Amino acid sequence: MASSTSSVITLHINGEKFTLPVDHRTTLLDALRERLTLTGTKKGCDQGQCGACTVLLDGRRAVACLQLAVAAEGREVTTIEGLAEGDRLHPVQQAFLELDGYQCGYCTPGQICSAIGVLREHAEGRPSAVTDDIRPEAGPPPLTAEEIRERMSGNLCRCGAYVAIVEAVTRAAADGATESEEAVA
Amino acid sequence: MREFDYRRATDVAGAVALLGADPDTRFLGGGTNLVDLMKTGVERPTRLVDIRELPLDRIETADDGALRIGATVTNADLAAHPEVRRRYPALAQAVLAGASGQLRNMATVGGNLLQRTRCGYFTDVTQPCNKRIPGSGCPAVEGEHRNHAVLGASDHCVAVHPSDMAVPLTAFDAVVQYETADGPGELPLAEFYLPVGDTPHRETALPPGALITGVVLPPAPVAARSRYRKVRERASYAFAIGSLAAALDVRDGVVHEARLALGAVASRPWRALAAEGVLTGAPAVPDTYAAAADAELAAARPLPHNGYKVTLMRNLVVAVLTELAEEAAR
Repeated sequence: MASSTSSVITLHINGEKFTLPVDHRTTLLDALRERLTLTGTKKGCDQGQCGACTVLLDGRRAVACLQLAVAAEGREVTTIEGLAEGDRLHPVQQAFLELDGYQCGYCTPGQICSAIGVLREHAEGRPSAVTDDIRPEAGPPPLTAEEIRERMSGNLCRCGAYVAIVEAVTRAAADGATESEEAVA
Repeated sequence: MREFDYRRATDVAGAVALLGADPDTRFLGGGTNLVDLMKTGVERPTRLVDIRELPLDRIETADDGALRIGATVTNADLAAHPEVRRRYPALAQAVLAGASGQLRNMATVGGNLLQRTRCGYFTDVTQPCNKRIPGSGCPAVEGEHRNHAVLGASDHCVAVHPSDMAVPLTAFDAVVQYETADGPGELPLAEFYLPVGDTPHRETALPPGALITGVVLPPAPVAARSRYRKVRERASYAFAIGSLAAALDVRDGVVHEARLALGAVASRPWRALAAEGVLTGAPAVPDTYAAAADAELAAARPLPHNGYKVTLMRNLVVAVLTELAEEAAR
């Protein structure tokens, strides 16, 4: 069987198509940053532990550092660059801005993409590890600070801006960010 | 990272054929463990067969009430499934207690079962490790082992299996289904993970070249009242230092049926059959739960720095069974 260590792939990112040759070892994160100049997605630990590289894959949050680019072919990738509509920020971006949900800003693109995923998962009624009653009949739990902290635990912030991050996610949920996210995705 | 060929399989037979008998080919599911291990050089495949598009992403209820979970169902979809939450709540809780939201969206059920230990000597290629390089030794026995096994280990390896999901699956008698070039087969999860002995590099009883296609949960009414409790060193997003999946059916103050499995204490999820034997038919009181825990943990052989796990697991068993019994009495 003929084998090859590289492929020409087409990635769907933020509604656009990009065709490029990639070494199979290339992660989606490195393809975005080093090949497509989409540097909004950040590299933190590069081993799936910090969440800085969080993007949306087919509308679900995922870490781009453990996603091989070649395996992302055929999937819809949404990065931080794809959230705003022109000058109008996504409601989650707007909430982070207004409530200072960051300090240095390095983890922020990942925090925001993750929060969009959280709000969607919550709106679908998906429970978390701190949800008291996980029976489907119970419906979505109240999106308390405890729920947000648990659901966002895959995103580390070394500046420790967590208090404002939780406030921003709470605000975005109250502003109905879930509905507008679906318009984007 | 070593260079590798990449193939995408579209059907199960094709995936099995692509793997063939090549020991350097790996199936790629979510990649959350495999890609990480490839970056560090622990795994060095020359070909990946991507199985994420196989038609194995469904959860179905069979005519006999069994729940069949496809191998490429994501952890997130498993935990969100209404039947899992209703009939096997400890399974949903266990999955939700593991990793992060991002990783649960990527990781698959089949991959979860085959994930590797997070023992620091296994993941560090500059260290000896009998699991990674057979015969090279186990530095954990006399080194860092505060999170290592207290049950079923050997002098050759004291690593623990890291899965949360596999703990309730073990308690509920799950069966692993697989496909090989010679046809399908299945293994009860109780026989899926091999005893450590002197071959810690051989982890499962899967035949060479097998692809896990799904996991079947037999009907288990007792599981409707079940719970997963995980103890870890921070509130979220950490591996367990000890965990328990428990189900309890109490009738007229007497334990009618109990299921227990312990996590993060052995090289595999540890079904506590000795404890279940003590519980069945005994009064549903804390003294019974303590006696059951002691019966199971009598086989514990802690190392100098992980003896706390024996106390921890005893407390977990008593606390969780007490809660389940109180819940039943309400």
